[in-house]
Amino acid sequence: MSTSMKTAAIVGAVAATFAAHATTASAQDQVKCFGVSLAGENDCAAGPGTTCAGTSKVDYQGNAWTLVDAGTCEEMELPAMADGSARMGSLEALERDLPAS
Amino acid sequence: MFDTDHEGLPATPGVGYKPQHFNDILKDAAPVGWLEIHAENYMGDGGRPLAQLRHLSERFPISVHGVGLSIGGEDPLDPDHLARLKHLVGWLNPASFSEHLAWSTHDSHFLNDLLPLPYTDTTLASVADHIDQVQEALGRQMLLENPSSYLAFTQSTMSETDFLRELARRTGCGLLLDVNNVFVSATNLGYSPIEYIDAYPLDRVKEIHLGGHDEDEDDHGAPLLIDSHGRAVVDPVWTLLDETLARTGARPLLIEWDTDVPDWATLRAETMRAQDALARVPA
Amino acid sequence: MTGQHSFRAPLLNADLAIPDGLTDGLGRPAGARYNVYRNNVAVSLAEALETGFPAIAKLIGPENFRMVAARYLRAAPPTSPLMMHYGAGFPEFLETVEPLAHLGYLPDVARLELALRRSFHAADHAPADPALLQGVDEDALMACRMTLAPSAHLLRSPWPIVSIWAFNMRPGSPKPQARPEDALILRAAFDPEPLVLPEGGTAFVTALIRGENFGSALTAAGVDFDVGAMLNLLFTHRAIAGISFKDTP
Repeated sequence: MSTSMKTAAIVGAVAATFAAHATTASAQDQVKCFGVSLAGENDCAAGPGTTCAGTSKVDYQGNAWTLVDAGTCEEMELPAMADGSARMGSLEALERDLPAS
Repeated sequence: MFDTDHEGLPATPGVGYKPQHFNDILKDAAPVGWLEIHAENYMGDGGRPLAQLRHLSERFPISVHGVGLSIGGEDPLDPDHLARLKHLVGWLNPASFSEHLAWSTHDSHFLNDLLPLPYTDTTLASVADHIDQVQEALGRQMLLENPSSYLAFTQSTMSETDFLRELARRTGCGLLLDVNNVFVSATNLGYSPIEYIDAYPLDRVKEIHLGGHDEDEDDHGAPLLIDSHGRAVVDPVWTLLDETLARTGARPLLIEWDTDVPDWATLRAETMRAQDALARVPA
Repeated sequence: MTGQHSFRAPLLNADLAIPDGLTDGLGRPAGARYNVYRNNVAVSLAEALETGFPAIAKLIGPENFRMVAARYLRAAPPTSPLMMHYGAGFPEFLETVEPLAHLGYLPDVARLELALRRSFHAADHAPADPALLQGVDEDALMACRMTLAPSAHLLRSPWPIVSIWAFNMRPGSPKPQARPEDALILRAAFDPEPLVLPEGGTAFVTALIRGENFGSALTAAGVDFDVGAMLNLLFTHRAIAGISFKDTP
């Protein structure tokens, strides 16, 4: 059996599994979950009055400041990447102008 | 002039919708009469926010309350934002659309706050022009809300109530009277809240807002109230509401609670108080 | 006249004097009353960033996050009135923050949080019917094209970004191991889920995203690629929005 024939069999089997129970969790039920908002929302409320939150005269342009508190980063031991790679993450753009399916 | 076939909001209590109350609202045997949403939070492409809104709109009259159009801005209205608003109002067909007498965008930067403007012939012409554009784009009347003020402009040549009256006359827009904003502004700028109400073009009022405020003070130790929407409506504002309703008759009453949002029961207790206020209005 | 430019400039720059022509309503200078607006702008934008990047806030600590946010919001105020989109430039900004330079993974974890948010607000879709693949002959299968849901996002990283995210956001998650992780974000209904792509999965999904046919995607994925597991993952998360058998270029 060729590799692609084997693949076709696997794909068919996977598809059959899902076709058998086509609808699992319904979106109707999911809508009721509050979930996490994942983003700030717009509103028309005012904030903290005349506190110094927006007025402290620190050097917002400069980069010379020191860390003041600790986060969970201190609980993790992640060395610099071994391969010395400078590669940063890249978000693959999803092409939406593909031929209509 | 723009009054089409929209029934408008019922003269009952409503609440500012928060997603964490979704299930409670649907389970409530005697829920509120209507819900208000902030337009900008429903301008995404899809997902849960829009699914919840579609669901709620089948059961409740919805008021769309914009917070980002910058209608009081010197710059032209953002055509992209106006298009997004038109899309939302188009598919939702809400009972009402309202925005603020304020600006928030300048030089393409959005500052996420309702910023104040002086009341002059120049700003009047500009705001009226923006309202015309919005009503034209949406094909319906909009309501404009009076702001909470923390300071005044020496440039201003007319009162806020005269400014709003003239805007309504020129554009045919309706008004949203925020009674808490009146109380906050009157305290902050040293005038009488009830005299402001008496000077307000009450015949244009189609919705009333109520909310809680925080207390602070200015450089001179004078009280400075902050429109935080983070607590219950205070007694003097309920009193001011009674005096307002005695003049306007029953109106749609919204409870706004946007920060430190309480559980549904607490919010419902506020709407009960609003219901009591409406019950006291002579028929 | 006192335009909005002069009102706006000192909002995000406390070194600039409070604008002229502002009073307390009784003729005295407005003074600190102007700071109400400064605070509203700064605090509301900082809170929006904290809501949008909770894992970053946990990783560096709340005070550090506030300091970073205070700088970012002044360097890059929103350009859109939709707060749901605010912070698109935050990952790149983190790359420039020297005191955080030793945490090389931060920008990529921020990219993951941004991708989760985009997925959350992405357009809804009807998932493709898996039955379309049943009994299809080998040639047709290899030539077919699968379209991913608009809420699907692929993020490549040399850091274990999914594990770092989970360690901070999902109580009980194990400590991240030092390894690269490519994340595939899928939204079965309304809640996006970041998944670690298996060996060959990145090449396979990248090929699908580029519009290549199933056969090419399979070739790109390499010989050790478990196509059954991958399809299982995609169907379980309703991530395939369309399957086209038309022979399009």
